[in-house]
Amino acid sequence: MLEDKDRIFKNLYNDLGADLESAKNRGDWSNTKEICSKGQDWIIDEVKKSELRGRGGAGFPTGLKWSFAPKKVGAKPHYLVINADESEPGTCKDRDILRFEPHKLIEGCLIASYAVNAHKCYIYLRGEYYNEGAKLQIAIDEAYKANLIGKNSSGTGWELDIYIHYGAGAYICGEETALLESIEGNKGQPRLKPPFPALVGLYGCPTIINNVETIAVVPTILRKGSNWFASLGKPKNTGTKIFCISGNVNSPCNVEEEMGIKLKDLIEKHAGGVVGGWDNLQAVIPGGSSMPMLSKEISENITMDFDSLVENKSGLGTAGVIVINKDQDIIKCMARIARFYKHESCGQCTPCREGSGWMWRILERMAKGEASKDEVNMLSDVTKQIEGHTICAFGEGSAWPVQGLLRHFKKEIIERNNFDPLVKNNKNIPYLIDQHILEEDIKNVKS
Amino acid sequence: MSIKKISKEQPDKFEFSDENLNLAKKIVLNYPTGKKKSAVMALLYLAQKQNNNWIPLAAMKYIAKYLEISYINVYEVATFYSMYNLAPVGKYFIQICTTTPCMIRGAYKLVDVCKKNISEKEKEFSGNKNCSWTEVECLGACISAPMAQINDDYYEDLNAKQFEIIIKDILKDKKPKAGSYRGRVNSEPEKNRQTLLETKNA
Repeated sequence: MLEDKDRIFKNLYNDLGADLESAKNRGDWSNTKEICSKGQDWIIDEVKKSELRGRGGAGFPTGLKWSFAPKKVGAKPHYLVINADESEPGTCKDRDILRFEPHKLIEGCLIASYAVNAHKCYIYLRGEYYNEGAKLQIAIDEAYKANLIGKNSSGTGWELDIYIHYGAGAYICGEETALLESIEGNKGQPRLKPPFPALVGLYGCPTIINNVETIAVVPTILRKGSNWFASLGKPKNTGTKIFCISGNVNSPCNVEEEMGIKLKDLIEKHAGGVVGGWDNLQAVIPGGSSMPMLSKEISENITMDFDSLVENKSGLGTAGVIVINKDQDIIKCMARIARFYKHESCGQCTPCREGSGWMWRILERMAKGEASKDEVNMLSDVTKQIEGHTICAFGEGSAWPVQGLLRHFKKEIIERNNFDPLVKNNKNIPYLIDQHILEEDIKNVKS
Repeated sequence: MSIKKISKEQPDKFEFSDENLNLAKKIVLNYPTGKKKSAVMALLYLAQKQNNNWIPLAAMKYIAKYLEISYINVYEVATFYSMYNLAPVGKYFIQICTTTPCMIRGAYKLVDVCKKNISEKEKEFSGNKNCSWTEVECLGACISAPMAQINDDYYEDLNAKQFEIIIKDILKDKKPKAGSYRGRVNSEPEKNRQTLLETKNA
């Protein structure tokens, strides 16, 4: 287990207070000027050496992302955008950073802005986090007042302004280019990549977009050194991570732990174990609803880091662990997740807009036992039609959980939906069969 | 995609109050010159707050004029995002998260409480007109499931019995306290916390 001295978010549970004074007592803002004076290259290099990977879900190396920003400011200004549109089911880590460690985020904003030559930083906050936004604004005002940000931020000579931009309940705005569209005052529909935001982003200017947690850990990494951060966790999967353990556990909680901790330890030590005991475990969704579920057998020994989860056909995602025990109807659980994706699809790409609805409707029928045998394969086919055929990763996000269900619970689905389709004789029924052909076939069968 | 119902009864006119006009001016300054359009989301919130928590079409036209953008620009934003109410909602607007992490901890029991005490269907008013409810997608407080948002506040760690008391209070126009209803502190584990113990006891 991670030792307390190595935890970055000392105020995760608000034992110490979130105000500037308390944050300074914890070491925030202590030598920001000194850190910045070491130069942009040094900062980016340190972040690279720490092997920090983005905490928003995709796990892209942060230092590398920063190095994509043009080294010199050209005709267009640079922007830093913080993604605080935390909406992935199972995830509520950024909320605690915004409420209780806002100064870690703000200091991170300054250092990151300095490293990528940005003078303006927008924090895109999900609209529902109204109270968290109010707390963050108080912290920003405190920082302005103490000259930590503003014209001459922390005495570095760097000018930085931070603004909060509230979203309004669209999950898709967590996708970085949809988020930019949303800041520009449009519908949150993702853009085609390339060009990547690092070169053509907000208002067509170079823009670096990072998750709240990614930015909030940067000051501590630079203070304690990249070696310290890289020494935690596993190679390429370094450092600490806030895990959110929700669902059928005895004590659901947020906890900061080392990357590569065993999933079983996370559930048993921190979250009080599965309701009804470990043997009552049915499945675990390891990284927010977009990630395919793990069976009980895999959950037994799996470690929580990007690479080992990918090896098991899942992913760390946002590290929102959803525990589902045997008291739950697993098909119903996934049908509800499919409904979430149907509701949140932005409607831009046809495979996702239509496919997410298909998956939901088929799963709802499967939960009730009203689907036919061959629909199991049809469902699998629909997921394949969505995956990889959309502009953004939402397509994968909606298809993967269903694929996970089919991978581990196909037997249960077939047992429940065990009747033959309408037309038995025809062996090769295309999925998108025209109704009139079907009806003619029935006539033929009858006559 | 979600379907949005736009109210059939619409006021003819909408104007920002002086206070909101000042706020709007400040909000526009948050964005670079010539990028006023970015303020549309924030201005829609202002309109919603000013107009009893819903946005009439007149307000969209007003905002379009104010930001010098087309009406359809404002309209498409207002209909895309789920937090903009385009038809009247109750003074107390209850949003229950029913996505899987909440569902498996009993969110639909909270929905039943609403059906019994407020109205059979979503987005319909209670008998005394001061309350309406809806199911929403993940509100980002999964470790505090099941939970509901009432106006701006989160009510966490609920059960059906407590929620019924909350709803009955609201129907009497009494605002219950927000936060955890199992008395736990923020997002720490309820029992047997293992981490940051020194600070806890400090």
